[in-house]
Amino acid sequence: MKTRTAGRHFRDSLKSISRNGWMTFASVSAVTVTLLLVGVFVMIMMNLNKVADDLEKDVEIKVIVELTADEAAITALQDEIKNTSGVAEVQYSPKEDELNKLMLDFGEDLRLFEQQNPLHNVFYAKAANPQDTEKVAKRIDRLDNTFEVKYGEGKIERLFSFLNTSRNVGLVLILALLFTAMFLISNTIRITIVARRRDIEIMKLVGATNWFIRIPFILEGMWLGLLGAIIPITLVTTLYYNIHKVVAPKLAQGNLFELLDFSPFIYQVNALILLMGVLIGVWGSFMSVRKFLRV
Amino acid sequence: MIEMKNVYKKYPNGIVAANGIDIEIKQGEFVYVVGPSGAGKSTFIKMMYREERPTSGDIFINGTNLSSLKNSKVPYLRRQIGVVFQDFKLLPRLNVYENVAFALEVIEETPTVIRKKVMDVLELVGLKHKARMFPTELSGGEQQRVSIARSIVNTPQLVIADEPTGNLDPDTSWEIMNIFEEINARGTTIIMATHNREIVNTIRHRVIAVEGGLITRDEDKGEYGYEN
Ligand SMILES: Nc1ncnc2c1ncn2[C@@H]1O[C@H](COP(=O)(O)OP(=O)(O)OP(=O)(O)O)[C@@H](O)[C@H]1O
Ligand SMILES: [Mg+2]
Repeated sequence: MKTRTAGRHFRDSLKSISRNGWMTFASVSAVTVTLLLVGVFVMIMMNLNKVADDLEKDVEIKVIVELTADEAAITALQDEIKNTSGVAEVQYSPKEDELNKLMLDFGEDLRLFEQQNPLHNVFYAKAANPQDTEKVAKRIDRLDNTFEVKYGEGKIERLFSFLNTSRNVGLVLILALLFTAMFLISNTIRITIVARRRDIEIMKLVGATNWFIRIPFILEGMWLGLLGAIIPITLVTTLYYNIHKVVAPKLAQGNLFELLDFSPFIYQVNALILLMGVLIGVWGSFMSVRKFLRV
Repeated sequence: MIEMKNVYKKYPNGIVAANGIDIEIKQGEFVYVVGPSGAGKSTFIKMMYREERPTSGDIFINGTNLSSLKNSKVPYLRRQIGVVFQDFKLLPRLNVYENVAFALEVIEETPTVIRKKVMDVLELVGLKHKARMFPTELSGGEQQRVSIARSIVNTPQLVIADEPTGNLDPDTSWEIMNIFEEINARGTTIIMATHNREIVNTIRHRVIAVEGGLITRDEDKGEYGYEN
């Protein structure tokens, strides 16, 4: 295709956008609503995902060492834990450190225990895949010189199953939303095309190829998608900016989990919205114009 | 240049509009297609640029067999043929200039050439001063002249006109005939379906009479032959 033809298609598609004022408005509204929903949804899902990851990362296996274990036995145990399948990392925390931690929480009153420390030496291990924590903990428990192995039994299983369900539900909802949007938009565009089916027929009769006819419609779909992305992008960005401003400092105190940073996350979401708007528009036009080309 | 062999056309509603047509038209000929309304003239013509496809039989245009022509190649066939449609088929959203220019835009002609050719041909059909008007703002005869302008702007080898004078007053009809005569003199084949007895009987050319989907008469420099 020559550049001037491209230019003609370009102008044609813009003309059509302004000539079909109401249909443009209807299509753009449909795109807007959908992209807004998808945008907000993706935003929530991605953050839930982040929270889930944060929580998962915090899941530790606490291996309490037998009091009877001597220096050599402890080193041996550390190696054994490290070599247990599914273990990502191990950290040793001698009983002095454990006492310090306790003192941080409960105050210097505990200083009197320093002479006669009643605590155990401890290993903190993390599973390579947090979801395997239970299995890994059981494997470690079988090793010698372990007094007790703890990993927040029960609680974390419930957390994991909650996170997994909400991830899946979110994914299904997003897909359902996308399909509804595509259907809605291809229908709206189809109405504008049906009104022009005679034009298409005439163009074909005077020697236009299918692509010559199709391209302006596809460009038009692209404009509809882009126009439909403006409001969602603005709203989603403002929304996240403000939520982030208010919520992030509070979460930072808790230290347990955080929201995704404003940048680059918001740019990724916006790019996604833009891309989806364009895809929906282009795909909708392409499908709608298809059956009118058989002249 | 055009050859039909035993062409039979049955529309989906059961009407047989071509019932075994055999014809040969040579390059440079001027052919009138006459016959009563509903005889199958338009169908005969439409099959030449594949707006309609025959139910059976073969059609050759410049040696190309239309029945085996791929859909994707049809636009290139149509670019070689200028068609004046019985119902004009102007694009309602484009003005006169743009409608005529469209036939050149599909072949990706340069803007300067387009401007020159379109203005020349609009001058020829006497519509230069209405170039910026839209089809709905024109009379039937003016729309017909736009359709004629579009069909010849690309200087095709073959011009097919379905009642090109159907909506014109006698004076304009003769002007249009002059244009056809002129491009025919340059070697363009012209096929023209018409009900205009006076024209057929005055400017004598080959006459093909169609009735009930059959060719009932085919004579050089023939007469119109029907009572109007
Ligand atoms: N698309 C169609 N579907 C079904 N029947 C059709 C179609 N087009 C034409 N016909 C029928 O085929 C027959 C021939 O029609 P055609 O248009 O070829 O006639 P014509 O000779 O051009 O008539 P006119 O002089 O009125 O233009 C008519 O009986 C008409 O009803
Ligand atoms: Mg007819």
